[in-house]
Amino acid sequence: MTDAALSTIPVIETAEELESPSRRALRRLVKRKGAVLGFIVLAIFIVLALLAPLLAPYDPIATSWTLVRKPPSALHWFGTDDLGRDVLTRVIYGARASLLAGAISIGIALAVGVPLGLLSGYRGGFIDALISRMTDAMLACPSLILAIAFAAFLGPSLGNAMIAIGITATPIFVRLTRAQTMNVKVEDYVEAARAIGNPRWRIALFHILPNILPALLVQATLSIATAIIAEAALSFLGLGQQPPAPSWGSMLNAAQRFLTSAPWMAIWPGLAIFLVVLSFNLLGDGLRDALDPRAR
Amino acid sequence: MLNFLARRIAQLIPTLFFVSILIFSLQQLLPGDPALVMAGEERDPAVIEQIRKQYRLDQPIPVQYVYWAKGVLLGDFGESLRIKMPVRELIAQKLPVTLQLAAMAIVIAFLIGIPAGIISAVRKGTAWDYGANLFALWGISTPNFWLGIMLIFFFSIKLGWLPASGYVPLTEDWRASLAATIMPAFVLGNAIAAILMRHTRSAMLQVLDSDYVRTARAKGLSERSVILKHAMRNALTPIITLGALELGTLLSGAVLTEQIFSIPGFGKLIVDAVFNRDYAVVQGVVLVTATIYITLNLIADVAYILVNPRLRG
Repeated sequence: MTDAALSTIPVIETAEELESPSRRALRRLVKRKGAVLGFIVLAIFIVLALLAPLLAPYDPIATSWTLVRKPPSALHWFGTDDLGRDVLTRVIYGARASLLAGAISIGIALAVGVPLGLLSGYRGGFIDALISRMTDAMLACPSLILAIAFAAFLGPSLGNAMIAIGITATPIFVRLTRAQTMNVKVEDYVEAARAIGNPRWRIALFHILPNILPALLVQATLSIATAIIAEAALSFLGLGQQPPAPSWGSMLNAAQRFLTSAPWMAIWPGLAIFLVVLSFNLLGDGLRDALDPRAR
Repeated sequence: MLNFLARRIAQLIPTLFFVSILIFSLQQLLPGDPALVMAGEERDPAVIEQIRKQYRLDQPIPVQYVYWAKGVLLGDFGESLRIKMPVRELIAQKLPVTLQLAAMAIVIAFLIGIPAGIISAVRKGTAWDYGANLFALWGISTPNFWLGIMLIFFFSIKLGWLPASGYVPLTEDWRASLAATIMPAFVLGNAIAAILMRHTRSAMLQVLDSDYVRTARAKGLSERSVILKHAMRNALTPIITLGALELGTLLSGAVLTEQIFSIPGFGKLIVDAVFNRDYAVVQGVVLVTATIYITLNLIADVAYILVNPRLRG
């Protein structure tokens, strides 16, 4: 090989270039204080949700007429609600409904949206036109209004709220996957995979999908934040988690009626939604910066 | 331009067709016999028969769709089962209330979001930038129904400055109308302000880095003139169209805000309809919202081309 040819071969100079893309992204992510803070807060809420029966001081649905609307005290740190239930206990148990709704509804959106987006972006033609117009139609209906309509027709329950939110979040993932697939499918490595005779499904699943995962991960994290607000909104309207099961949205609904006599009932569940949503947003922003190839 | 407009409108037809299919299909999600579910507590066979007839439930689904779509095209969204009024009239009654709220919200969003975005970009890396970014993060993470409840607590219950709920039409008493709608409008506008701030910041940062801004500075123009005359004009073009699109999002946000502040608008109409099992109203509201959103999208696209000479072909 001549010197001229050798000089065109990139020389690996730094340790940074030697590490795998996922390690590099993780290293960049931990440098971002906001993302780390978001991750810690989320970890705390996940532990609270998982260990709620062990950590919560009281029964979340046991009512007590002698404890109706008691202000925060040493026994009840966040006070009690209109039926004498401990607000702290219900906030801890409420984390279950919120986090579960966020994860499951975005799981539904990913499970439906990603295959449709891959199909649309990779195949093109009539299928692409059809899927794109259907996506446009869904995006034309403001998501909360559509979710309310779905929840109304399906019937009020946490499960149906998750389905409703999942369906309304799907078009974003179809559109994102389609756009990313169209960018990636013209890359040399996809051409090479096609040239050696890989079937289309194999190229889509093993060559395109892994390369668009970072974008999907960022969108999923940010969408969970939106889904948690949507679940709280549906529960607030009475279309999600049904009483007496605790959820932050339905707790706020009850609190609204006692704002003058028991404002603490409104503060804590709202603060919990805010913290979880803020954490997902911080983590999502951090992931976007850490996974952005232009930032290298 | 005319070609673009024609192509853009032609694209709307399949979208509107799928929107209509989507909204019509909602009815198919009702568990069991739809006529019985719609009738709710009402067990009178005559009422159930009337519902069956009104929705043509005894006909095949495609036939039901054709009748429904034909009605919608002629402006007939059906009749409210509970209020016994045409859905079209109900919507026409409630929509102006929500539009007033949305217009106030968008003004608030522009007044907060754009200056915050400009200051944040011009003073990048300073406490101003940090503060504006914190505001944006707070804006997109705060559930607007919680913000509404907290504002009622402080401004109505604690301070007694503003009414906690209710609505007065602008034409009746504009002062009372503004007092009743300022809090809900702020709640609605707050999240949009945060989004506008983020977009303004990134657009301004991009423009401030461009050659013509460098040239303007090199000419010796004052910093104020560079930012206001040269940078801001170019950066704001996409932001204004974004603002138009956010008006559609406001209709969604209005559902919760109107519920909290007891404002008899479009959002409250859909929630009340959901609990009254007034499905024709639910479908009508979703359809009108989608149509408004699609129209705003079209206007935003056309406006974008009109204000951006480079895109005119």
